Amino acid sequence: MRAWHYLAVWGTFARNSLVRDMTFRWNFLINAVSSLSWVFMNLGFYTLIFHQIGSQGELAAGSGWRQYEFFVFLSTTLFVNSLVQAFFMPNAEEFSELIRRGGLDYVLVKPMDTQFLISLQQVQWSALANFAFGGCLLAYSLYHLEYRPGWFQVVAYPFYVLCGVVIFYSLMIALASTSIWLGRNQSLYNFWFYLTNFSRYPMEIYRGPVGDWLRWAFTFVVPVLVVVNVPARLMAKPLEPDHWYLMGYALLATAGSFWAGRWVFQRALSSYRSASS
Amino acid sequence: MTSPAAGRSARFTWFQELQARAATWWVILRISIEERLVYRGDFALGTLMRFLPIVTQVFLWGAIFAANQREMIAGYTYHNFVAYYLLTMVSRAFSSMPGLASGIARQVREGEVKKYLIQPVDMITMLLLARVAHKLVYYVVAAAPFALVFYVCRSYFPGWPPAEVMAAYVVSLVLSFLLGFFLEATLGLISFWFLEVTSLLFVYMLFNFFFSGHMFPLDMLPEPWSTLVNFLPLKYLAYFPAAVFLGKVQGAELVQGLLVQVAWVVVFIGLCRWTYARGVNRYSGYGG
Repeated sequence: MRAWHYLAVWGTFARNSLVRDMTFRWNFLINAVSSLSWVFMNLGFYTLIFHQIGSQGELAAGSGWRQYEFFVFLSTTLFVNSLVQAFFMPNAEEFSELIRRGGLDYVLVKPMDTQFLISLQQVQWSALANFAFGGCLLAYSLYHLEYRPGWFQVVAYPFYVLCGVVIFYSLMIALASTSIWLGRNQSLYNFWFYLTNFSRYPMEIYRGPVGDWLRWAFTFVVPVLVVVNVPARLMAKPLEPDHWYLMGYALLATAGSFWAGRWVFQRALSSYRSASS
Repeated sequence: MTSPAAGRSARFTWFQELQARAATWWVILRISIEERLVYRGDFALGTLMRFLPIVTQVFLWGAIFAANQREMIAGYTYHNFVAYYLLTMVSRAFSSMPGLASGIARQVREGEVKKYLIQPVDMITMLLLARVAHKLVYYVVAAAPFALVFYVCRSYFPGWPPAEVMAAYVVSLVLSFLLGFFLEATLGLISFWFLEVTSLLFVYMLFNFFFSGHMFPLDMLPEPWSTLVNFLPLKYLAYFPAAVFLGKVQGAELVQGLLVQVAWVVVFIGLCRWTYARGVNRYSGYGG
C-alpha cells in the first residue's frame, strides 16, 4: 500500500471518531472542560509559586526560567501532551483490551501495518481543547516577554514539538506492548504518568548528585527530558551554543525512540498467542 | 410494665445481636484481607512508584530555593517542604479511596445493589469493612517502602514531635480515613440519580488534589483562597494531618481543627446514610 492509502485510512478513523464524539456532544464538552480544569489547577500552582518568589524569580539558578519563560514551557507541555492524548492515548489503552479479548487477531489479518492500525484507530478530539488553550497561553506569555524569537525558532518550534510527540508515542507503544507478555497491563496509565512527570519541568532543576544522574538518565536512556525542553527553550530564550547540541541530539533521540518503540512492539507481537481460539 | 426476667432476656438478645453482627463483620473483614493479599507484589511496587511525583517536586523546590537565595518561602524552609510532601503521602495513604465511588456507581448501574437489599448485610458497612481490610493490608505491605523513603529522607524532618502532638496526629489520620470514606461513598451514591458519574468523580479528584494540600501546603495560598479552603472539608484529607505533625497547628487551634474534622466526619456519615436511604427508595432492579 502506498502512503496516500494510509492517509486515507487515517482520515476515515479521524472522521469516525469525530462523528462519534459529536453524537455524544455533552460528553465531549464535559471531557474538554474537565481536562482544561486540570490545566487550570496546574497553572494555579505555578502562579502561586511565582506569587511567592516574584515574576522575575527563577525556577533554577542562572537558567532564565522566570514566570513568562516558564509559561512558554508550560504551553509547550500542553501542545505535546494534548497531541499525544488526542491521537495515541485512547489507542494504547485499547491495545491491552485487544490482546486480552483476542481482538488483535482481526487487526493482524488486515493488509496494513499493524502498528499503524492499532496506534491510530481512534482520535480523542476533546483532548485538543488543551492544545487550543496552550496556544492562548503561548501568545499571552510571548506578549509579556521582551525576547522575540526569530524566524528560525518559529519554524523549528513546531517541528520539535512533533519530535516530542514521537518520543512520547514511542515510549507509550513500548509500554503498551508489554501487555502482550503480561496479559493485562492496567497500571499502564500510572506508569506513563510517573515517567512523563519528569518532563514537565525545565531540565535545569535536576541538580546535585542524584539530580545529575536523573538528568542524564532521562536525557540519554529514556529521553523524556528532551521532549518539552528543546522546543520550549527555542521559543522562550535566546539560542545558546549548548542548545545547538541539544537540538542535534533531539533528532537522534526521536529517531532512536521511534526505532526502539517499533522494535519492542514487533518483538511483543511475535510472542502474541491469540486469546480467542 | 415489664417483668425483670423479660428485661434480662431483652438485654440478652441485644448482646447476642451485637455478637452476631461482630461475627459477620469479622468474617467480611477476613475475607477482604485475604482477597487483598493476593496482589501484594503489585501493591508494594505501586507504593514505591507513588513516591516518584514527589521526586520532581523535591527537585523543583530545591532549585527554587537555590535560585532565589531564600531561607523561607511562605513560612516553609526547603526541608519543611520535603517533609511536608512526604507527610501528605502518609495522609493520602489514609484518606485516599481508590475505586470506592466508581465501584459504588458500577454496582448501582449493573444492579448489584439488590444483593444488599435482600441480604441482611448493610452495603455501607460492608464497603467500610472491605476498605478497612484494604488499608490494613496496604499498611503492612507499604510499611517497608514508606520506612525506606522516610529513613533516606530523615534529615529533612525536624525530629519526632512531642507525644501529645503525635497522638493528635494519629487521631487526625484516623479521622481523615473516615472522612475520605464517607465523602467518596456519598459521591458514589449520587449514581442512584445519575447513572454516569465518571466526570463528576474526575472533577472531584481534581479539586481534591488541589484543595487537600497534596500539591502544595495550603497556607501558601493568598486571600481569598486561604479562607475558602478553610471552609472545605478537603483540607482534612492531606494538609491538616501533615501540618499537625510539623507543628504548624498548635494548642487551641489544634483542638479546634480536630473538632471541625470530627464535625465533617459526622456530617458526611449523615449525608451518606441519607443518600443511601433515599437512593434505595428510588432504586429499581430488573431481571436476574
